Amino acid sequence: MQKMMEKRALELLADGTVSRVLGWSAGEFPYDMTPAVFETAEELQDGFVYNDFCGANLSKYLIKESRKEGKILVFLKPCDTYSFNQLLAEHRIIRDNIYVIGIECYGKADVEKLKAMGLEGITGIYMKDGEYTVETVYGSQTVKAYEAMAERCLACKSKKHVVYDELIGEDGEVVTDCNRFDMVEQLEAMTPEQRFAFWRGELSRCIRCNACRNVCPACSCEQCVFDNPNSGVAQKAAVNSFEENMFHIIRAFHVAGRCTDCGECSRVCPQNIPLHLLNRKFIKDMNAFYGEYQAGEDPDKKPPLGTYTLGDREA
Amino acid sequence: MKKLSLAKLNDLFAAIAQREALYLPVDNGTGKAEYTKWQEGTVYSTALNTGRSAKDFFFPQTENLMEFKMEGKRIDVIDTREECEDFVIFGVRACDAASFDILDRVYLTDPVDTYYKNRRQHGTVVTMACGRPAETCFCGTFGIDAADPKGDVTCWTVEDGYVLRANTEKGEALLAAVDGLLTDTDDKAVQAAQEKTRAILAKLPLAALSTEGVGQGLTKELFDRPEWASLSEACLGCGTCTFVCPTCQCYDIRDFDTGHGIQRFRCWDSCMYSDFTKMAHGNPRVSQLERFRQRFMHKLVYFPDNNDGLFGCVGCGRCLARCPISMNIVKVMKTLAKGGNK
Amino acid sequence: MEETLIPYAGIVTKITGQTPDVKTFRVEAPEGGKLFEHEPGQCAMLSVPGISEAMISITSSPTNKAFMEFSVKKCGCLTDWLHSMEEGQMITVRGPYGRPFPVHDELKGKNLIFVAGGIGLAPLRSVINFVRDNRADYGHVDIVYGSRSKDDLVNYDEIVGEWMHTPDFNVHLTIDREQEGWDGHVGFVPNYVKELDFKPENTCVLICGPPIMIKFTLPGLIELGFDKTQIFTTMELRMKCGIGKCGRCNIGNKYVCKDGPVFRFDQLDELPDEY
Repeated sequence: MQKMMEKRALELLADGTVSRVLGWSAGEFPYDMTPAVFETAEELQDGFVYNDFCGANLSKYLIKESRKEGKILVFLKPCDTYSFNQLLAEHRIIRDNIYVIGIECYGKADVEKLKAMGLEGITGIYMKDGEYTVETVYGSQTVKAYEAMAERCLACKSKKHVVYDELIGEDGEVVTDCNRFDMVEQLEAMTPEQRFAFWRGELSRCIRCNACRNVCPACSCEQCVFDNPNSGVAQKAAVNSFEENMFHIIRAFHVAGRCTDCGECSRVCPQNIPLHLLNRKFIKDMNAFYGEYQAGEDPDKKPPLGTYTLGDREA
Repeated sequence: MKKLSLAKLNDLFAAIAQREALYLPVDNGTGKAEYTKWQEGTVYSTALNTGRSAKDFFFPQTENLMEFKMEGKRIDVIDTREECEDFVIFGVRACDAASFDILDRVYLTDPVDTYYKNRRQHGTVVTMACGRPAETCFCGTFGIDAADPKGDVTCWTVEDGYVLRANTEKGEALLAAVDGLLTDTDDKAVQAAQEKTRAILAKLPLAALSTEGVGQGLTKELFDRPEWASLSEACLGCGTCTFVCPTCQCYDIRDFDTGHGIQRFRCWDSCMYSDFTKMAHGNPRVSQLERFRQRFMHKLVYFPDNNDGLFGCVGCGRCLARCPISMNIVKVMKTLAKGGNK
Repeated sequence: MEETLIPYAGIVTKITGQTPDVKTFRVEAPEGGKLFEHEPGQCAMLSVPGISEAMISITSSPTNKAFMEFSVKKCGCLTDWLHSMEEGQMITVRGPYGRPFPVHDELKGKNLIFVAGGIGLAPLRSVINFVRDNRADYGHVDIVYGSRSKDDLVNYDEIVGEWMHTPDFNVHLTIDREQEGWDGHVGFVPNYVKELDFKPENTCVLICGPPIMIKFTLPGLIELGFDKTQIFTTMELRMKCGIGKCGRCNIGNKYVCKDGPVFRFDQLDELPDEY
């Protein structure tokens, strides 16, 4: 896969279709790739990497990158294409300056899961026949790929690319039985007290690093209300436990109807707070109230919270 | 040196906790250990490092500084400082223990930060030598020995128990108070444990990471290096690295209207945030490049400049593990060392 | 144990409108007198609890034993609030912070040239009045002060009423554009400094004003033969603590609050260009 992507990127750079390539660059370990822009063939050959640990959704970088001179090539996984479409619908990215290559995806790995299995001192990870061989300074171990799969990928909603200029690999289908609302249903089944206790437990770990907000493709405000000194809520730390909850709840409200459920918020949270559950609750409720809707699926489709119909549920 | 048998670890915790509050790493249920107050039944986690660093004990994320009573034209300043109670932190790793030295140089130099000093005076640090360092560890780069950590008391896990060594008066007082649980021992078992750890440390992927190319006096050479642009390009401008970092010590001071008066508190701040240096008439660090550069220049050049060459990083590896886009100080150091054209 | 972050409460006993957007606040301790002593060029953290805290230079001279003064331009959260307050209200003050102008060593016995623009006169005023009160310790004094218009000149009454009548003090005022009722010099400060053709021998320059004014005045002074070691300025960056710990006001390895705000230009040259 990496070879095919690199080859195609080199071709498109060489024939002048694009002037830059947005992908991932190699890290210190087998799993710590950083999103990067490559401008030359040498840079690509030196540093371009694609593997099961390239989880980052690159679409948000296009807000900045598509405003620069020249066309940029971006590699998008199926779930990333929903974010791309949503940004397009919100006029945050300039389509003409972007060349999208959709890349097939069977789910990304989460190194935290490997580490939780006690795999410390990782020096190499090799994939073969649905298994990872993980080499560490303490010896090597084989792990089934699905055991290391990121939570969000276990409930993958779609293997279909909703936008692309060309594809590498196969396009898939929307996954209808992804069970992504299972945990939301469990939360709904709780008593209010239990649910409150659950969220207090989770959100009390928040350190207000803003990683969830800054990575979120739906959080693309020029200035966030929480950064605006005139808003009265600009705080860098929670003043009290009430505010600790409110930051995430307000954010979830703000992205409701625009959140594509890409799962980046939970991926980046250094405190392992399952933030995506807040968004999924909104998605589930909107589906129930206004009919099935998937943000980013079709940029021309009217969003449920942005349209009014006589049949709308009042309360 | 003193010896504690494996079976008596819980007794040790109970004996300490009877005297003063005891905090130690405990699994928080999300696959990470966090410092938690010990009570009967608490299970000590041997995880390599806690998710949040131990700096929280001396430099908490938020703390109240003072209060103001406002009445008509009058303001009363209320000093709310209180003498902190004694406490013990058990299981601090060598990297975090070294971070206290860095924080001390900021907060204990004149004018002393009395809030910090208060907690520092009342806290006793028991370190735990590392037995299973991870690939993200690079404390050795900064001269820290994971097999022989500092602290008031150093503890080693050996085959049939634990060996403890008091390093300070505070440490001696602590061991004296629990002396009934301890027996005398020599340093043979410790040496064996250290040898084992050091052999692993030498095999770690970052074992060869050097500080060549960074350090004291290199502002001019490093500040305008073109690599800052590509290094910072993917940075999200979040505060994860700064907040999990044991040596990041920047803070903000803010006021909060409680309805009964004004509470002035301080909280962690991050040089990665866009409003960190923003003023009414502009911002000297206009883009993420300048903010990103500031964080690493501070740790690798400015702090050493002002502290006899001491680096502002202890190699704990938290930022390597936690950065959402996997950019970190190791990548910065390697890039700067590679591109050097002196 | 004393904690520098805990401020004193002081009473604003007098508020003087200087220009449409600058007011001078006189602050005294509740029991009378000053809250603390300071040196010329040092700053203090002023605050209205619940609004915010900001670093403001102390514009009064340390030789004033009765009160401290702060000249504040309305340009943000706290300063807006200060401009709306009444005499008799309290504010909080902590300090003094930073390194002062070297009035006891490097500047002693020298001819002094003060170059200021707009509110930039505030920190220099402390030195100017200190020099007036210790007249024998310093040589000839020139003050070049410019503003957008006559109405924007801070401390105009004091300049005309006192400074202009001080022995061996030369005051050169200028405004950016012609104005009715103004028969003085018209033009920008950097050009005026060059026109005045100052001599560098045994002379130090103290300069404060908008960055653009400093940027263009400096080459003019160099052209006149001044060395960067003879020119001092005072800096302003965002500050929270005032004691080099909160981590935001650094330029390279120097903290403006602690190692500054007063810098000599050759020292500034050693620092990265990030201010």
